[in-house]
Amino acid sequence: MEYRLRYSQYNERSILIEWPAIIDEDILKNILNFKKKVLKIYTKQKVEVIHTYTSILIIYSFTIENVNDKFFELKRLFESQDKDLEVESWVWEIPVYYNDEFGIDLDNFSKAKKLSKDDIINHHTSAIYTVFFIGFLPGFLYLGGLNSKLHFDRKTRPNLDVKKGSVAIGGQQTGIYPQDSPGGWHVIGKTPVELFNASLNPPCKIRPGDKVKFVSIDKATYLDIESQIAKSSFQLKPIPNA
Amino acid sequence: MLRVLKSGFYTTIQDVGRFGFRAFGVPVSGAMDSYSSQFANALLGNSKSSALIEMIMVGGIFQFMKPTMIAISGADMNAKLNNEPIEHNRIISINAEDILSFGNASKGVRSYLAIKDGLMSERVLNSQSQYKPITTNGKIYKNDILNYKALAQEPQQLNASVKYDASVLFNNVLDAYKGPEFNKLTEFHRHHLLSRELKISKLNNRMAYQLEPLIANDLRSILTAPVLPGTVQLTPSGNLIVLMRDCQTTGGYPRVLQLTEKAINCLSQKTTGNILKIRLKD
Repeated sequence: MEYRLRYSQYNERSILIEWPAIIDEDILKNILNFKKKVLKIYTKQKVEVIHTYTSILIIYSFTIENVNDKFFELKRLFESQDKDLEVESWVWEIPVYYNDEFGIDLDNFSKAKKLSKDDIINHHTSAIYTVFFIGFLPGFLYLGGLNSKLHFDRKTRPNLDVKKGSVAIGGQQTGIYPQDSPGGWHVIGKTPVELFNASLNPPCKIRPGDKVKFVSIDKATYLDIESQIAKSSFQLKPIPNA
Repeated sequence: MLRVLKSGFYTTIQDVGRFGFRAFGVPVSGAMDSYSSQFANALLGNSKSSALIEMIMVGGIFQFMKPTMIAISGADMNAKLNNEPIEHNRIISINAEDILSFGNASKGVRSYLAIKDGLMSERVLNSQSQYKPITTNGKIYKNDILNYKALAQEPQQLNASVKYDASVLFNNVLDAYKGPEFNKLTEFHRHHLLSRELKISKLNNRMAYQLEPLIANDLRSILTAPVLPGTVQLTPSGNLIVLMRDCQTTGGYPRVLQLTEKAINCLSQKTTGNILKIRLKD
């Protein structure tokens, strides 16, 4: 599929490239492929590339002298055919303890949506989610693929202290809080797994383009994984995405 | 090393920031006023990425344990060395036991204390800029001990000819580029945004500055998209939010303007109640 992209200068050092504003996995693949090409041609220069659903922002470490030269360079790069840059991806199974104890909003969610807690858990664990990008907080994954039966408007009043590891639903999205933070999503469970560790490089193992699957665990398993993490003897093992 | 006898209002260790980790959702951070902080480092012949101390509103009191050289730039906080006033923007020799004190800010709100060869402190993801929970602490506390290298040789007076451009402390017209959603504003709202005086609300910190009054608008939220320090967001309820150095990497509010680097530095030297205007850069 061919996309019409919009190139614009964002500030002295950055260029924004925008795809049509639709959440779409083909656009994601196109973006990830382009991002890889951009990082490949700029290995010698210090450049940072961030992307979201339909944008790439290229941040140079220097002031852009001639923006049209950069647009030309990037357009030519986008049009270049480079088959070697297939982006590999992995499937990550995230253990979640769905329960009123940690899923503080599970009960309200169940009543408001007229769904049993088991139905909520079944819907939430049966989908395979796509990681679109990381943003909002360090290590926060923007996931696509939430079952529409679980769509639920954000709270009008956010919780001031949502605990790290909380698994929550907000609007048409689901996510995992990578740290304690205020937040307006409905918390339905909690994972003992750490998604972000600033002492590692890269600090986040799950990458855009990867898949995430939630697996329901009981409290004993939750506590067991938690203690393994405390001893640094637990690691998520991803499976290659076929 | 130096001992923090008094930490001040909100004192942090900063450098040029955490470049290269925004793709993981990590804010770039770094000194709010990059001009003044880099000026202080340059005076000492430090590398651009040297870590220094950023103070806001009320400065701290520090006791040095080893001889070094320092330079102070940015807002005037009535700096005194062993109770004697000292000048900004020049190299100052420090002896062991010396006490450096700062008071309330005037002419700007953020002051920078650079130390010869930079502070040595916790380095996380290639930066010493404090940002919780990436770094252990989000700021400097009383009784903290900060390390620096002992002075090896007397530095020469470097860059003596370079003059500090104090307009960063006074300028209240901020230059901005059109943001990605600027063209979605009606002619009326564009005029409104660029012609009127804006006041800094009490919600201003290293993450963002909110400006008043509310600007009624009919812009719709956008799909979550990249943002940078200096991005000016306009919320559906009319709040004008200028993102600053510790801002999130992505956001869903329309990005109507983007401040220039110089304008971000100027805004960093302002606080609650200050009046400013935004001017479109052609």
